[in-house]
Amino acid sequence: MGGSLARKDRTRAALLLAPAYLWLTLAVFLPLSAMAFFSLLSDVPFGDREWHVTLDNYRAFLETGTYAALLWKSVKLGVTVTALSVLAGFPCALVLAKVIRGRAREAMFLLVILPFWSNSLVRIFSWAIVLRGNGVLSAAIDAVLPWDVRVNLMFSPTAIVIGLVHSYLPYVILTSYLALQAIDDSLIEAARALGAPRRTILMRIILPLAAPGIVAGAVLIFVPVVGSFMEPRLLGGRLGTYYGTVIEDQFVAVFNWPLGAALSFILLAVVLAILAAASPALRRALR
Amino acid sequence: MAEVRVEGLTKTYGTARALDAVTLAFPDGGFFGLLGPSGSGKTTLLRAIAGFVEPEAGRVLIGDAPVENVPVEAREIGMVFQSYALFPNMTVAQNVAFGLEVRKVPAAERARRVAEVLELVRLGPYGARKPHELSGGQRQRVAMARAIVTRPRVLLLDEPLSALDKALRVEMQIELKRIQREVGITTIFVTHDQEEALTLSDRIGILRDGRLVREGPPRAVYDDPRDAFTARFLGEANLFSGVLEPGGLRLGDGVLVAGARTATVAVRPENLRISLTEPPAPIRLRARLRQRIFAGAMGTCVLDWQGETLKAVGRDRDFADLPAEGEVWLSWDAADTIPLEG
Repeated sequence: MGGSLARKDRTRAALLLAPAYLWLTLAVFLPLSAMAFFSLLSDVPFGDREWHVTLDNYRAFLETGTYAALLWKSVKLGVTVTALSVLAGFPCALVLAKVIRGRAREAMFLLVILPFWSNSLVRIFSWAIVLRGNGVLSAAIDAVLPWDVRVNLMFSPTAIVIGLVHSYLPYVILTSYLALQAIDDSLIEAARALGAPRRTILMRIILPLAAPGIVAGAVLIFVPVVGSFMEPRLLGGRLGTYYGTVIEDQFVAVFNWPLGAALSFILLAVVLAILAAASPALRRALR
Repeated sequence: MAEVRVEGLTKTYGTARALDAVTLAFPDGGFFGLLGPSGSGKTTLLRAIAGFVEPEAGRVLIGDAPVENVPVEAREIGMVFQSYALFPNMTVAQNVAFGLEVRKVPAAERARRVAEVLELVRLGPYGARKPHELSGGQRQRVAMARAIVTRPRVLLLDEPLSALDKALRVEMQIELKRIQREVGITTIFVTHDQEEALTLSDRIGILRDGRLVREGPPRAVYDDPRDAFTARFLGEANLFSGVLEPGGLRLGDGVLVAGARTATVAVRPENLRISLTEPPAPIRLRARLRQRIFAGAMGTCVLDWQGETLKAVGRDRDFADLPAEGEVWLSWDAADTIPLEG
């Protein structure tokens, strides 16, 4: 196709691309450049503070094991949340795409998208009400079970995972749904006519063909969860120190922007490295 | 291989009757064409035999055994879909091997049978290709190979050639017939293309509004369609209506169709003769030639008679003497008068 666009077409294409790319330049490239610059400074260049260019902020990550340990903790959190979201989201998308039709599907979709519409802080605090000791969850379980039960999930890794899965589940449902929707029903009928039981159809036809959607959803979840700070802080309490919360501290509490910026770039590099390392496997899944 | 029968099959969608008490036998080893306009229920009938559609009443028997409690995956059918439904994530050989794998056929035998059937559909060297690398005709043959490699009891084809262009379609009709004859499998085939049905089938069934209106060998149905719908749907037909008299049928313009015994009769376009001078044939009438259509070897004349449009088909050179339009004589032999009921 491309390559041989006529001059007029090229002008038109440039005009159509311009708004998005100008915006991306302003909204992503400029702040990112500024951050890259900050990450190389010894102190914030505001007022009459002294500053010079240095690699100390990056060196800090390598010298103190704490940051690396926290990053590892955050990556594990990302893997857990992504895995749980895919496990819960894919079956849901499968039913929405292939079983439910008409009005019922619209209603079910609304329920899936609902978390997007509520403020994330409200969402997290409502989980706090549910999960804390003597909270909604505890009272509900106590009411059902005959013996005395106390459940306090608040300020635990479990609470963080619950909150994050709730926030990011819609992504994997939506991307999987789109991929499943694109699978022609006659493929499934053809497999049935050939004698394939449901399990075989799922493993050999549906999963391979829906893989691009599942992978897209997983990446959409994994990347922000590794850097998340709000859910860990509000639902994790004392245990909620993660890589993301440390970065946030540098900007909000400690006022050490250069270190925060350097840690952010290391996170970006690590996430890109993980995606690059996984890409041969991903590409095989997508083919 | 098995005979397939449906008895009193009924299926409604909302208020629409897709199938209305259809009873029909598909002979063992035969090639049966189900023909009808869209919405006539032919695809519903095919899908009910496959098991994708659950009928409200009636039953399906494959080889004398009722199959209402047998799910699709256990019915031992082969099916070719209109879209071919090849698995895009698998190669041609993997597609064909799928049904054998599901049946746990050992790998060595599987490979042998896949190679054999690909040879049968003349796709021997294409096993390693992906479906998207094949042409429409090749995909159609892969779908065919995949459907027959498991040696099903019955082969169901849902408009298998409709996605192909005309030249390829004719070629694939010949292929399809050859493959079916070599395998000898009971085949049921849905189409809305009457020419395709006539070419391929040993027997045809014509459906209209969910009801079976006619069934039999193609030639018998073509020569004696019995009603106006079948006459017009299977081939083309010129209809003449009038008043019955002892000697025949008196048409509106006073012409007597000698020997006719029904109030409506049909004459096939290829049996109508056109002449400028009054012909000696006993059945003749005056009509107005409106248009001559040249279509290669064959030509079509469109005529007006008593406010009705008639068609005559013949070799184009037979029409060479005719003017572009004007008054002409139409005639046909009494033996070509087709009586129609109702």
